[in-house]
Amino acid sequence: MNSHSKTRITAVIGAAAIVAASLAACSAGGGGDAKVTISYLTGTDVTNATMAHDLIAAFEKQNPNITVKLDAAAAGGSADNDVKTKLSTGTMSDVFFYNSGSLFQALNADTKLVDLSDQPWAKSLTSDFKKTVSTKKGLYGGPLGASLGGGVLYNYGVYKKLGLSVPKDWKEFISNSEAIKAAGITPIEATYGDTWTSQIIILADYANIEAQQPNWAADYTANKAKYSDQPALTSFQHLSEIHEKGLLNADFASATNAQGLKAVAEGTAGQYPMLSALISTIQQNSPDHVNDVGFFPLPADKASDTQLTVWQPSALYIPRTTTGAKLDAAKKFIAFALSKKGCELQGKDLPPSGPFVTSLCALPSNVPALLKDMTPYFASKKTAPALEFLSPVKGPNLEAICVQVGEGITSPKDGAALYDEDVKKQAQQLGLKGW
Amino acid sequence: MTTIIAVPKAPSKRRLGPDLNRLRFHYPQWFFIPAMVLFVVFFAVPTFASLYFSLTRWTLFDAQFIGIDNFVNFFKDPQLSQGFVHTFIYGVVTSLAKVVLGFFIAVFLTSPVLGRGYLRAVVFFPVLVSTVGIGLTFKSLLDPFHGIVNGALSAFGIQGPGWLTDPNGALLTVAAVDIWKGLGVAVLIFIAGIVAIPQEYFEAARVDGANTWMILRRITIPLSYPAITTVVILSLIGGLRSFDLIWTMTSGGPGFTSDVIGSVIYKMYQAGFYGLSTAGNVILIVVVAAILVPLSRFLTRREVDL
Repeated sequence: MNSHSKTRITAVIGAAAIVAASLAACSAGGGGDAKVTISYLTGTDVTNATMAHDLIAAFEKQNPNITVKLDAAAAGGSADNDVKTKLSTGTMSDVFFYNSGSLFQALNADTKLVDLSDQPWAKSLTSDFKKTVSTKKGLYGGPLGASLGGGVLYNYGVYKKLGLSVPKDWKEFISNSEAIKAAGITPIEATYGDTWTSQIIILADYANIEAQQPNWAADYTANKAKYSDQPALTSFQHLSEIHEKGLLNADFASATNAQGLKAVAEGTAGQYPMLSALISTIQQNSPDHVNDVGFFPLPADKASDTQLTVWQPSALYIPRTTTGAKLDAAKKFIAFALSKKGCELQGKDLPPSGPFVTSLCALPSNVPALLKDMTPYFASKKTAPALEFLSPVKGPNLEAICVQVGEGITSPKDGAALYDEDVKKQAQQLGLKGW
Repeated sequence: MTTIIAVPKAPSKRRLGPDLNRLRFHYPQWFFIPAMVLFVVFFAVPTFASLYFSLTRWTLFDAQFIGIDNFVNFFKDPQLSQGFVHTFIYGVVTSLAKVVLGFFIAVFLTSPVLGRGYLRAVVFFPVLVSTVGIGLTFKSLLDPFHGIVNGALSAFGIQGPGWLTDPNGALLTVAAVDIWKGLGVAVLIFIAGIVAIPQEYFEAARVDGANTWMILRRITIPLSYPAITTVVILSLIGGLRSFDLIWTMTSGGPGFTSDVIGSVIYKMYQAGFYGLSTAGNVILIVVVAAILVPLSRFLTRREVDL
């Protein structure tokens, strides 16, 4: 036996393939005296990145003295944290793109953001949108993109082949789904691999709740209405029902949003509960199929209660830390996004899936087919805003709870109760009365 | 995570005393000030500040004192009590597996085997890779429908489970990857421990007619106690406060079925419940200390001098 062992690690050759998709920040070099550089923070998904690149290119062309540097934002729940931290530490980009509604309300806008109510475009906004980016003291955001609907994307071809018509109530939705299943096609696509997609059925059902109880949102904010009571409990029951009845795709637990959109675009799935705006991803990834996809609101138990849930677009904001020449440039940038050229780019890169919220932008001539499916609801006023625009209360764990209910881990009743608890923490954090 | 702690040799106390005394007079006292300032600013102040903020409802902009409500909330939350259970399962499973597997691999790699240096390097390799990289790689390898693992299984006619999507299996799958990743450190510490045992013991035992099993049981294991203690404590601390791997592989999902304290705290922080998540951190420190201090006392007592 060797009495003294010598350890020699001669070489360790490792190869780890880690794909880090990072957005290359685009920056234009160049000298000049009166030049200003501002930064713009937006999401890194294909749609947002394309929009940002086109917008910046056109803006810089028109304003040769201003350079816009693109900052990449975190996605999903991390984005909220990212934005709040950057705002409170004073490191926010000069212009940033962020949600309107309840997420905006959590930003402490009065002390952290620049009031934009004196901007020329401010008067052109719809009152519904204004509410979602305003506090009592000011208006803080300029919209980017059009309003959108939450409901069900469906494949025209599948519906036509099986002779189905758009369901008016939940029972018809289920019977349609069973007919699709019998034809060997995935009836309802679920993509819980991207957890945020799990909440669509709950969120898009809100207009139906409001049809039954018009002041539900106010009661909810005041801690008087609960998700574990009817009519809201129905949403959780529906979410669980489509799993219990075996109407989902086999890979529902791991599939991603992009896979789900592809499936419904190509007709391997019949229906996909989703936001209408995601048609933009279909346009990017399967451009030939954009007009094969239709849309209907999530059906309520009673046909007369079925309404379209409408989301307001996200907006561009300027933090208080942007000052001087940068502030002017930032305001110019937002105004440009709402100019004729900006509207054109919005129409191209963020295909409208609902009406614009500013009179400055008009719908382009070649809108996706699904927009036609939504017009009747807007025309007959059978719409209601999503809950996040009516109440600041939204629990952070809704998506995880929806995955639990949607995969049959938790019963709908328990899931709803769990969410009520989750919401309570949020309400207390916001300092609302009655919690 | 990858700190390598040298196996402590029994110090000879007679020589240490005078050395220390002489050291004390070498430098003036104010030499401590820079270190002290760093310690106070970056450690002491934040620690006490976090104790205070754990008692408030904190929005980063302002804080409202609410007593122990955050702690009450934390313990009432069903998600958290589940998170606690998962943390213990995860910590115990990974720590136990690293000790047992690591020890036997170390015994194997200290015996004269072909390509020993190469094998040691191979075992240590996963330690060098970034945890996030490992998490993302395994997430795609273990995808139930498009992953290589289930693809390979299906070639043998086996329908592989939904490794990370099955609510009952997700936590243990992540634990298995953690073991694969952390085994190298355990093996390294064990090898150092075993190599430090004087050869005379083995030779004497062999002369007395002891077989391999007896040598292992009577000599190698008892004389490796310092190494075992180190591995148990290091891997248990790592397991109890694990976060990165779980977050990249499952984000606590599906639902809350693989949530541990670390991921629950992170989610609360993400949601803007800064006071609540600070309270969670305070609880985490207390719990880790409450488990590890007695455990470390108990294990150290079993150590024998070489």
